[in-house]
Amino acid sequence: MVPKGEFRSYYGMPVLNQPTWKAADIAGYLFMGGLAGASSALAAGAELTGRPALARPAKITALGAISLSAAALIHDLGRPERFANMLRVFKPTSPMSMGSWLLAAYGPLAGLGAVTDVTGLFPRAGRAASCGAGVLGSLVTTYTAVLICDTAVPSWHEGYRQMPFVFAGSAASAAGGLGMIAAPPAQAGPARRAAVLGAALELGAVERMRRSMGLAAEPYGAGRAGRLLRAATALSVAGAAGAAVLARRSRTAAILSGAALLASSACTRFAVFHAGVASARDPKYTVVPQRERLEARAKEPGAHRAPDPARVTAPG
Amino acid sequence: MTTAERPGPALQPEMGFFTDTSICIGCKACEVACKEWNRIPVDDMGLTGMSYDNTQGLGGSTWRHVAFVEQPLPGRTPGDGHGGHEHGHGHDEHGHGGHGSHGSGGHGGPGADLGHGGDGRVVAAGELGGGQTATTGDGGSRLRWLMASDVCKHCSRAGCLDVCPTGALFRTEFGSVVVQQDVCNGCGYCVSACPYGVIDQRPGDGRVFKCTLCYDRLGDGMEPACAKACPTRSIQFGPLEELRARARERVGELHRAGVGEARLYGEDTEDGVGGDHAFFLLLDEPEVYGLPPDPVVPTRDLPDMWRHAGLAALTLLAGVTAAFALGRGETRRAPRTAARRGAAQAVRRAARAGKRGMGR
Repeated sequence: MVPKGEFRSYYGMPVLNQPTWKAADIAGYLFMGGLAGASSALAAGAELTGRPALARPAKITALGAISLSAAALIHDLGRPERFANMLRVFKPTSPMSMGSWLLAAYGPLAGLGAVTDVTGLFPRAGRAASCGAGVLGSLVTTYTAVLICDTAVPSWHEGYRQMPFVFAGSAASAAGGLGMIAAPPAQAGPARRAAVLGAALELGAVERMRRSMGLAAEPYGAGRAGRLLRAATALSVAGAAGAAVLARRSRTAAILSGAALLASSACTRFAVFHAGVASARDPKYTVVPQRERLEARAKEPGAHRAPDPARVTAPG
Repeated sequence: MTTAERPGPALQPEMGFFTDTSICIGCKACEVACKEWNRIPVDDMGLTGMSYDNTQGLGGSTWRHVAFVEQPLPGRTPGDGHGGHEHGHGHDEHGHGGHGSHGSGGHGGPGADLGHGGDGRVVAAGELGGGQTATTGDGGSRLRWLMASDVCKHCSRAGCLDVCPTGALFRTEFGSVVVQQDVCNGCGYCVSACPYGVIDQRPGDGRVFKCTLCYDRLGDGMEPACAKACPTRSIQFGPLEELRARARERVGELHRAGVGEARLYGEDTEDGVGGDHAFFLLLDEPEVYGLPPDPVVPTRDLPDMWRHAGLAALTLLAGVTAAFALGRGETRRAPRTAARRGAAQAVRRAARAGKRGMGR
């Protein structure tokens, strides 16, 4: 699968300008936004099935994580004082615009859900808010994949079909992990199962993504991104095994497994972030697939439009 | 012709640049004129060793960039005209190393550098193009210089414009794409969405900047500063349709003169960005100049991206529902009211439906 290293560039300079996003802010947001969204979904389920000891920490987690997310997003701006300009337009071609509106709707609902739960005030409104946050939370969890994939960064864009599933799985395992830590084992059953299902989805989707994205998969196995992804896999497998086998009986095992799953989710997001940055830095990942696309098109008489990038694979 | 007969926008044709690199002499007057007119702050003033290019690339404070490509052409005898059709030879295709040795004099063979100030003899520039050619000191290997002034392409389908969440980027009546500096909040999304690596954040300022096609000058009926300053008319400004016709003519002229490597870049309205408002005549593959060979606007795939994200969100909800439905037998402490029971049944029904959906 390793393509021949023959390609031409301008003094090895990158074709793309490097992402201006800071890892702590944006990869941190990918993790915390996912944790918040999936926690809201878990909280809604716990609320509706009478598991208050699971619902409350999940709601508080959602509020805390989405608040930190907002802070990270604003901190990452070149002009933080202009953050409100995000709501200046409603623009479907911009995932960041759609995400801003989504967060503007989701944040207050998550906040209302948590505050009403803790204070006991307005229980009906609180329940409605929690259910709303649960539904919107699923979108908060997956839209971030569109956010990073709708770029020219090869190792993000080429993974756009699987990235939302990677993020959904990663978020579910993180939220499940947090539920296992915070809720007593008797009420944490759904958190354990969400954690195991999420970890399985994440591992499967990452694998599928790496197989389907051609040369752009390479940064996921190399350097910092590669180390983070290997750590994420190990933590995910360990955490899921702990959740499935031990966490029901032992609170200690539940806490350790939950922590492993949270760490795994964070590692996955940082791995994705750094893989993208690495792919933007090396002109190889921009030039080689595009050159192959052109050559494939030249061989197909009459085919003028760019072919589906997923079908163009690296030469082996 | 009155406005009653033709709709308003048709009165203003789309404008753009045709940059003919075959007659670029690398003087950088465009870089300087752009900096001065637009009052762009100074860049890092270091020396790169990349031939005569110390600018390196486009960015927040560089809206015109003159590339200098040094290409050895091994196995050629001196003085046989332009560069010919041999690509893919030459030293260090990846571009690392092999530079920064100016003044040392070349010694023939692939990998030799140009001997500035030594006994290297600069031979005549290509008559009709083909770049500048030179021999190394021993006359053994020949070398070609390609110079090209790069600029924002003002894509017909512009990634930066599509993804901008604040509406700071907009399309002007001339077809160009411009940042409103009083709106930009420096989110940086456009930087990663540009398939050409043009727009960038300016350090210390936080906002993003790029070529405006001299929007202020155009409004006063003047041409952009770079085109005005270009001494060889390598940078031509005008109505896009006229420029395209002129460019096709120029390529034909060069081909007839034996410069078979001349090709247009960015003029095709069927390409991945819908055609550029700034397009080029190049003498080698685009990547040699640092340009992407087949750029595609990232938002081309956006509907499909949203579809996958929607499916993933439904998968998450189904998975969480399943996580609750699978635990129906579990003991729970909280007493259940009639309302809760009803809701729980609804969740279970949804879980069953979700599982059936996932099974397919």
